[in-house]
Amino acid sequence: MTGNDNRLINGALKLHIAVCVVFIFAPILGSFVFSLNSDRFPSLPLGHFSTEWYRLIWEDPFVWAGFLNTVLVGLIVAVIATVLGFGGAYTDFRYNFFGKNVYLALALLPPTIPVVIMGLAMLAFLSRVNLSGSAISIIIAHGVMCSPFAMAIIRLRLSQMDPDLEAASWNLGGNEWATLRHVIIPFTKPAIFAALFITMAVSFDEFAVAWFVSGLNETLPVKILGFLQGQVSPRINAIGSLAFLSSITLIILAQMLLRNSTKEKS
Amino acid sequence: MTRPSLFSLTLALPLLIWQLAFFAVPLLFLIAISFWTVRNFQMMPDLNFGNWERILTRGTFWDAYARSAILATASTVLTSVIAFPAAYAISFKLSERVKQWVIFVLIIPFFTSYLVRIYALQVFLSDGGIINAALGMLGIGPFGMLNTTFGTLVGMVTLCLPLVILLQVFSLNFVNRDLVEAAHNLRCGRLRTVFSVIVPSARVGLVIAALFAFILSFGDFVSPLYLGGGNPPTLSILITDITKSGQQWPRAAVVALMMIGTLLTVAFAAITYAYKERGK
Repeated sequence: MTGNDNRLINGALKLHIAVCVVFIFAPILGSFVFSLNSDRFPSLPLGHFSTEWYRLIWEDPFVWAGFLNTVLVGLIVAVIATVLGFGGAYTDFRYNFFGKNVYLALALLPPTIPVVIMGLAMLAFLSRVNLSGSAISIIIAHGVMCSPFAMAIIRLRLSQMDPDLEAASWNLGGNEWATLRHVIIPFTKPAIFAALFITMAVSFDEFAVAWFVSGLNETLPVKILGFLQGQVSPRINAIGSLAFLSSITLIILAQMLLRNSTKEKS
Repeated sequence: MTRPSLFSLTLALPLLIWQLAFFAVPLLFLIAISFWTVRNFQMMPDLNFGNWERILTRGTFWDAYARSAILATASTVLTSVIAFPAAYAISFKLSERVKQWVIFVLIIPFFTSYLVRIYALQVFLSDGGIINAALGMLGIGPFGMLNTTFGTLVGMVTLCLPLVILLQVFSLNFVNRDLVEAAHNLRCGRLRTVFSVIVPSARVGLVIAALFAFILSFGDFVSPLYLGGGNPPTLSILITDITKSGQQWPRAAVVALMMIGTLLTVAFAAITYAYKERGK
């Protein structure tokens, strides 16, 4: 921007960004601080430092069970969503066919449907086919909700690929399968891993649909919902902080993979 | 057209089958069960308009409907208005490096548990909570913020703000910088440049961002329940109540379908508005 720079206005605008960031992050940082605080109802001035809430969740077998369910569901969902998303992304990249818009809409729309409605629809349908109340029902529902993310990430990577690369492989006698294996999968590998991590992170935090469709097989976020409905308990903060740390680790791994892959390209 | 090869089908079909079976069919099934009846806690296939009649003639439903629509609209307007100056500054006033960082920071909230954030907000907003204690030190307050409409809106804005800022930044990045320069050279004032050059050329993205805020707020049941008190209910609370408290899923389906209808109408109107007289 040239000329039209007023220091006061620019300062005010930057301050506004900072205020927005503070507003967005206050609850996130707050839950960290509260999780290490001795007070049950934290207020100013804060109580003293304590790891009591972490000890409580450490000793709670239900939290452990929920944690194991969450990880198990997350791992399986990540693999399913990434495989489905890869197929969808490649289809969109390579083929034009009648009804492609419908195909894409079906593939990408799930995240725009409100979770309560998805939850109800899934519950009604899955209980009709006798699949509700099990970990499988959560995996199915999360597969629907996560595959669009995987597809978008892999599609983005494919658009960075030189289209001649595929043609070269065919000219060299590689059939479609060989090309897929030796050219396309190696090229999209960073995006495939990024998709695995990000879909796992999405599944980790999703609670509403899991809450609807799960019976007793509760994942950790569903457990948090239970805590929220019951008594006030700062254990939520401890669980939330741990869940946040694991999600953010996954995101940073994904981000590093994508960073490196764009560097390789340029 | 040639016959699709085994290769292409192997790649394309799994996703199609999965989304048809577990996304499209459940949503269509919702339409079907809205006509079913419940006898002895069992759903029976039927073609009965009783559920529709029962829900649509109830004052409670329409109250909840109006409340949800007003809350979602208010949250959309608030979020868009708060987000725009930030998005404008990010897109126009920051260096490329800082911009990348701010965008990364704004992505982080998507991977935090919304429930945990809402719980933390309860601690901030409650009568003896962080904000009131801080205000108390200044000799003001306390203000009742938890279990009010204000509380609900704070939660909804927390939910929508990062996404709306990102979508706005994305559309502002596509605004032709030469146009802005030209307006400036023609002595067009700063605010006028924003409102008659930048906003119109980024209109599609800005409207889509607002649409997402509306969809998220309209469907959210966590903020109205845990920050707004949950009583009187919104449509999404109505759905969770009906579903979790008994076997009246057909009635919940009616509420859900009314919500989908509303969202489709709003989405259609927004997209038509976004693209109309675009060439002008």
